[in-house]
Amino acid sequence: MDRPARASALAFEGGWTYSPAPESTEHVRIDERYGLFIGGEFVRPAEGRYFPTLNPATEEPIAEVALATDPDVDRAVRAARAAFEGPWSRMKPIERGKYVYRLARLIQERSRELAVIESLDGGKPIRESRDIDIPLAAAHFFYYAGWADKLEYAFPGRRAAPLGVAGQVIPWNFPLLMLAWKIAPALACGNTVVLKPAETTPLTALKFAEAVQDAGLPPGVVNIVTGAGETGAALVNHPGVDKVAFTGSTEVGKIIQRSLAGTGKRYTLELGGKAANVVFADAAIDQAVEGIVNGIFFNQGHVCCAGSRLLVQESVAEEVIDKLKARMETLIVGDPLDKNTDIGAINSQAQLEKIRSYLEIGLAEGAEMHQSSCPVPERGWWCRPTLFTGVSQSNRIVQEEIFGPVLAIQTFRTEEEGLAKANNTPYGLSGGVWTDKGAKVFRMTRGIRAGVVWANTFNKFDPTAPFGGYKESGMGREGGLHGLDAYLDLDA
Amino acid sequence: MNRPARTPRVPVAKTYKLYIGGAFPRTESGRYIAHRDPAGAVIANVCRASRKDFRNAVVAARNAFGGWAGTSAYLRGQVLYRIAEMLEGRREQFAAELAKEGSSKRRAAAEVDASIDRIIHYAGWSDKYQQVFSAVNPVASPHFNFSVLEPTGVVAILAPEQPALLGFVSNVMPAIVGGNTVVVLASESRPLPAISFAEVLHASDVPPGVVNVLTGRRAELRRELASHMDVNALVVCDGDDADARRELQQEAAENVKRVIERCGTDWRAERAAGPYHIRDTQEIKTTWHPVGI
Repeated sequence: MDRPARASALAFEGGWTYSPAPESTEHVRIDERYGLFIGGEFVRPAEGRYFPTLNPATEEPIAEVALATDPDVDRAVRAARAAFEGPWSRMKPIERGKYVYRLARLIQERSRELAVIESLDGGKPIRESRDIDIPLAAAHFFYYAGWADKLEYAFPGRRAAPLGVAGQVIPWNFPLLMLAWKIAPALACGNTVVLKPAETTPLTALKFAEAVQDAGLPPGVVNIVTGAGETGAALVNHPGVDKVAFTGSTEVGKIIQRSLAGTGKRYTLELGGKAANVVFADAAIDQAVEGIVNGIFFNQGHVCCAGSRLLVQESVAEEVIDKLKARMETLIVGDPLDKNTDIGAINSQAQLEKIRSYLEIGLAEGAEMHQSSCPVPERGWWCRPTLFTGVSQSNRIVQEEIFGPVLAIQTFRTEEEGLAKANNTPYGLSGGVWTDKGAKVFRMTRGIRAGVVWANTFNKFDPTAPFGGYKESGMGREGGLHGLDAYLDLDA
Repeated sequence: MNRPARTPRVPVAKTYKLYIGGAFPRTESGRYIAHRDPAGAVIANVCRASRKDFRNAVVAARNAFGGWAGTSAYLRGQVLYRIAEMLEGRREQFAAELAKEGSSKRRAAAEVDASIDRIIHYAGWSDKYQQVFSAVNPVASPHFNFSVLEPTGVVAILAPEQPALLGFVSNVMPAIVGGNTVVVLASESRPLPAISFAEVLHASDVPPGVVNVLTGRRAELRRELASHMDVNALVVCDGDDADARRELQQEAAENVKRVIERCGTDWRAERAAGPYHIRDTQEIKTTWHPVGI
């Protein structure tokens, strides 16, 4: 039986073509080689080894960064300890806050340069680094700066004291923004930090180190050590670290939690997710389709809170999937520096291989795969926007985090079924609900066992809004008043 | 025909069992521990719960979770208040039981009174901790954004050895007033008050499965509490050495369990209670809702 023509279908097939609109790299200054940032200056690594960081859109090296080994991490932790016991913990809170404000301003002032470097080093579209990553990073410093002299109002009945040296390990999907989530609250609360950026995206953290110098922070308050997993492990396990903050995979998070057992160190973990976007028949369908696209294709799907599962009510499933496919066709995959690009480069070859292996797993599990037909550049690491239908709850592509532009679609009939499917993974980081019924929105947002729930929107972030997971998605919150907790001893 | 001799009345001894899913079963293992008073006389054969008993208790706790978490704060407050009322009516029974296990009469009476007061304290928090700890977040975009507390889920509790009743109450109440369900391993050396307290819970409109109580060997069971994949948080009170505590934390990492260590706490102190103890087993949920779009 033919379905009646839908008047509401959006006409995407207009034959629009876009001329290249690349962002200039002229104003960007990147050194050929970066040392470790310890005690307020860039220093040579103990073993003298360096490794290249590549542009994932070209596979070409951008710069060399130092490989930090145990002695370097030790040196950085000592520098942080000296700064903590020296000027930083003795400073009047309002003065400490003013330093953090300076960092916010310096990020704002250098935002264009930082945005371009973020896209060069990590592969994300310039539109996103320019409009989301960098402004949010600055906003985060601005927000927490103001807390520095107001901590006594945050925890009624308790006195708050800083913890000491924080060891922080961040991922490659939002390099500078994750740095801000870690460093801003730590400093505002009076701690000093040693931060390790991801090995594929170290550059904006090193540019941030320059800003730390420019801001005149006392040496050792912020230290940046570059390297891969071994460097991170050395930092996490260093006995001089009082608090560990990690954002990354659930797999590594469990290893860290295990290794911290019995040490008395405090820790917060921001781990993986497998969020469901639950779309009801009464939703504004076109809006929902935009939300689904934003949910899974934002930042190439390299988002821990990505809406990587779509649960769509059966009566509108066909319509939603048709519209989704049509919308996917319009997405432009390519040069991250081009202002028209929707989906940039996959962050690394290893990640691309992981995504591809999941595509094979999905097919082997009997799911039906659909990819958009867009062209992709020859050099570089790319993945077309992808969706799977015909999947079941126990499939690996439904249960496991892929961390790429890959959406698994299931249907449901009743609200109860939708909720049960949404909650049926080991994760609990985020979720989405699409419906025009107010009461249903709040029934669903209460029912979803996750730390962040978006109703009729998705992937929104703000420094005042706490972020973090239930279940195996981690523990502790970042952002907002609740994010202070991770960097304070409330029993003081 | 002789008249029967005047004999003293034979007291009826209580059988102490487990409390799982609102019932009082014996351990499925059939094992027991002869529990003796300080003079060496057997007071009771206490159940030596097995790992299977613990797993059964977790199933009961998980099944009870949705319903209990969904009750109103007002109702949870009234249920806790009812627990205090029931305990108040049995002060003498509990004081005698604590004395039987070695407390002085004065100390036993004081512990029972402190336990009642602690329950009242948490009953009053039921509809207030949310207001203290939640937030409306002034985001820089047109969204109504707020963060509230929600219970973590199923909480396993290794209760302190002493004070057996007050320590039990001080760890169970903050978890359940916040909507969690719990499985508690009672004090190994003084297990009786916990089981008698289960009878109080049973008479207080606490839904079946919200509180489950096991008795047994801590060294045998603690690892199961820490490693169970359907337990969301583990509360550890005094009773393990440093190696065992480390092992518990390692096991807990298997499903990213929240580990709340409450070792070295003076449970008689006022500081041993309060909303931060409730918050220990709560998650923060942030909800985004568009405004004016």
